[in-house]
Order: sequence, then structure tokens, then C-alpha cells
Amino acid sequence: MLQDALLIAGKDLRLELRSRVALNQVLPFALLVLVLFAFALDPDRGVLAQATPGLYWIAVLFSALLALQRSFAIEAADGNRDALRLSGLDPAGIFLGKVLAVSVQLIVLEVLLGIGVAVLYTTHIEGWGLLVVSSVIATASIAAAGTLFGVLAAGLRVRETLLPLLLLPVLAPVLIGSTRAFEAALAGSPSEGWPWVGLMSIFASLYVVAGVLGFGPLLEES
Amino acid sequence: MTTQLSNTSSGPDSTASRGTRILGVLALVSMAALALFGLVLSPPDANQGEVVRILYVHVPSATFAYIGCLLTTVGSAMYLWRRSQWWELVAYASAEIATVFTAIVLVTGMIWGRPTWGVYWVWDARLTSTAMLLLLLLGYLAVRRLPADHGVRTRRAAILGLLLVPNVIIVRQSVQWWRTLHQKPTLLANGVGAEIEGLMLFALFVGFIAIGLVFTWLLIHRFRLAWLEDQVDEAGLDVAIAERRAEGAAS
Repeated sequence: MLQDALLIAGKDLRLELRSRVALNQVLPFALLVLVLFAFALDPDRGVLAQATPGLYWIAVLFSALLALQRSFAIEAADGNRDALRLSGLDPAGIFLGKVLAVSVQLIVLEVLLGIGVAVLYTTHIEGWGLLVVSSVIATASIAAAGTLFGVLAAGLRVRETLLPLLLLPVLAPVLIGSTRAFEAALAGSPSEGWPWVGLMSIFASLYVVAGVLGFGPLLEES
Repeated sequence: MTTQLSNTSSGPDSTASRGTRILGVLALVSMAALALFGLVLSPPDANQGEVVRILYVHVPSATFAYIGCLLTTVGSAMYLWRRSQWWELVAYASAEIATVFTAIVLVTGMIWGRPTWGVYWVWDARLTSTAMLLLLLLGYLAVRRLPADHGVRTRRAAILGLLLVPNVIIVRQSVQWWRTLHQKPTLLANGVGAEIEGLMLFALFVGFIAIGLVFTWLLIHRFRLAWLEDQVDEAGLDVAIAERRAEGAAS
């Protein structure tokens, strides 16, 4: 299962390395969102500085939607999904591989977006331990839930509009948790942030288990 | 289309039966009793005044909205586990009615909140998680009504239905922490949790019975309707084929 996961993750990441869709389209989109927030909320009034963690994670969530759509779009053409189904790989492995590939892309995106926030919003970054751990857990949560709902919407004519409707309400706890954890870290009181990391860990585990169990039947028929 | 179907299929021409007619009459009677006790006989509240009367509808609606969600999750689990069509229809019917009841809870809550708190909406944990519940239910219904194969729709919706209650719990927990870590939940302190007794308690009790009967009545009818919809879906293809054949034979 783990071997299959690495195989799928390698395939998806190689595709990304060669096509550079996430790098050339999703990342500029994320930066654009940061600039748009600055337009909407006047940078001089201090609103931007207060809301930085929330805005950062909103930008990540929107970019994650695009990355997830892309993760399933690469298999939509030429009956690639059928090929994947017939490949004999463990469906749970396919799920974990996709989660891993999306997570890696999101983490790269988060690092670059973090630099963007630090430069554009002049955020003073501290509390590294909490920042890194909460980012990794939040990314795993987004990728696991996103991959499960992604395959749920895959192969339907309405997938582009359906995925945000299904995914965003479910990800509300992750948005709250990651934002609060970032706020706590940036404010220099990391002890307030750790309970949120715990909550997000439960969320991530729930969706990894649900994905491992449910991905096979869902892939079967999409 | 409908005339064709009623000619070819010999199914029931109504979703009512003797049992549901009795249930419907009981629901109407208990609603009248609720109006009597809630609006006339019970006294106004010492703190909230006349506004308290809306809670006789609000609180039972919330309870049955949760029961509907629970039924959806149980039904989805049974469908995935046992491939039981019956449970799938229970899940679908109760999700739809839970959506209506959640909307009623939100609307009555806002009407109650305006005179009590001075605003329609506060970012209170209970309100926010109820709003998220409504969105989760709408997601389930969107998938269940997809323009896709019946099996595809039902199985994908069932996975969502299965995750409904865990999601509600996590969302509720996170929203609760989100609010309470920042501010104390002062708004509800003298609200719903306040002591009630006597006629007011009885009015609330009547509310539970009346709303429960309406919920059950709606659920049975919606279940039967969903079953008939499935039959039409299946019969529709046969009818279409028969029509084309008839055209071919006539020309």
C-alpha cells in the first residue's frame, strides 16, 4: 500500500514538475489573492496586519481547491482513470499517494505564500515550531478531505462547482484551527495554539481513515 | 408523460395511507394545541416577555433537525453496509426534512434574537454551527440530486451522509472553542438555559409532540415520494422504449 502510494505520488509530482501548472498558475493566483486582500482592506488602517493569519489561510484554501481540481483533471482525459483502476494498485495506496502529492504541492505553496505575507504585509514571524507543525497538520487535513471529496466529484459534469460547496464547509474547523494556531504563534503565546493542532490531527486522521476505506468504491464507479 | 405512466404502472396514486391520514390529523390537532398553549394559555416570561413563545417551536425544531441528521448518517451507513435501498431512501428523506427544520431553527432563532439581543445574528457557537450544519446538508442534497446515474448519486451521497454526524461534531467543537477562547458565552446565559416550569414547560412539551408528529408525517410522505421517484426513473426508460417501438410499428 505504501509502495503504491509513493508510486502515485511520484507520478503526480513528476507530472507537475514537467507541466508546472501549480507553479505557473496556482501560485500566481495565491499571490494575487494576497494583493486583492490589500486592495480590499486598506493596509494603512492596520486591518491587514490583524487579519494576516486568516487571510493567509483563506488564500491557501482557495489555492488548494485549484490544486485539487488539477489533481483529478490530469486523470480525466483519455480514460486515464480506467487505466489507474486497472493498474492493480491498491485503492488505499492511490488515495494516500494523491494526498501526499497534493500535500507536497501545498507545502511548497505555503512556504512561498508565507514569504509573500512576510514581505507584503510586513509580518514579523516567530513561534516557528508551532507554525511548522500546524501548517503540516492543516495541509494533511486539507489534502485528505480534499482528495476524498475530489474523487467524489470526479467524473461529473458539475465537478468544478460541486467541490467547493462540499469541501469548504467541511474544512471550516481546519480554517479556524490553523488561523488560531498562527495567531497564537505570531503573538508569542504558542501554548494557546497547541489544542488546535490536536483538533486538526483528529480531523486529519478521520479523513485519512475515511479515504483509505472509501476511495476504492468511489474510484470504482467514477 | 404522466398519463402514460399512470396507464402502464399500477402503483399507488397518492403517498397517503390510512395510517398517515390519522397521523396527519393528530399533527394538525397537536399544532392547534401548541398554538393554544404557546400563544394563549402560557404566561409571558419574566425576562424575555412575549418573545419566549417562539421557543416552543424553535427548541423542538432543533431537536428534530438533529434527529434527521442522525437518521441520515444511520441510513447512509446501512446503505453502504447492507446495500439496503430502504435505508438509502430514509437517509435521503430525512436529510431533506432536516434541512427544512434547520432552516426553521435559524429563522426562528433570528426572529427571537432580534428583540432579545438587539441583532439578528451574533457569532455565537450554537448559531454558527447550525449555519454550518445547513451548508453540510445542502451539500448532501446537491450530490443526491446530481444529474447522474442512480447508483452513482446514491453511493456518493451515502459517503457524505456517513460523514455528516462526525463533521457536525467536529465543526461544533471547533466553533465552540473558537468563540469561548475569545469571549465568554454571555448571550445565552439568561436565554434558553433559564429555568422553566408550569404551563411554560407544558407548552414546550406540547411543542415537542406537535413538531415530532409533523416531522414523522413529513418523513413518511417524503420517503414514499422518493420511492415513487425511483420507480418513475426506472419505468421512464421502459416507457420511452415502448413509445419508440410503437412509433416504429405505426410508420
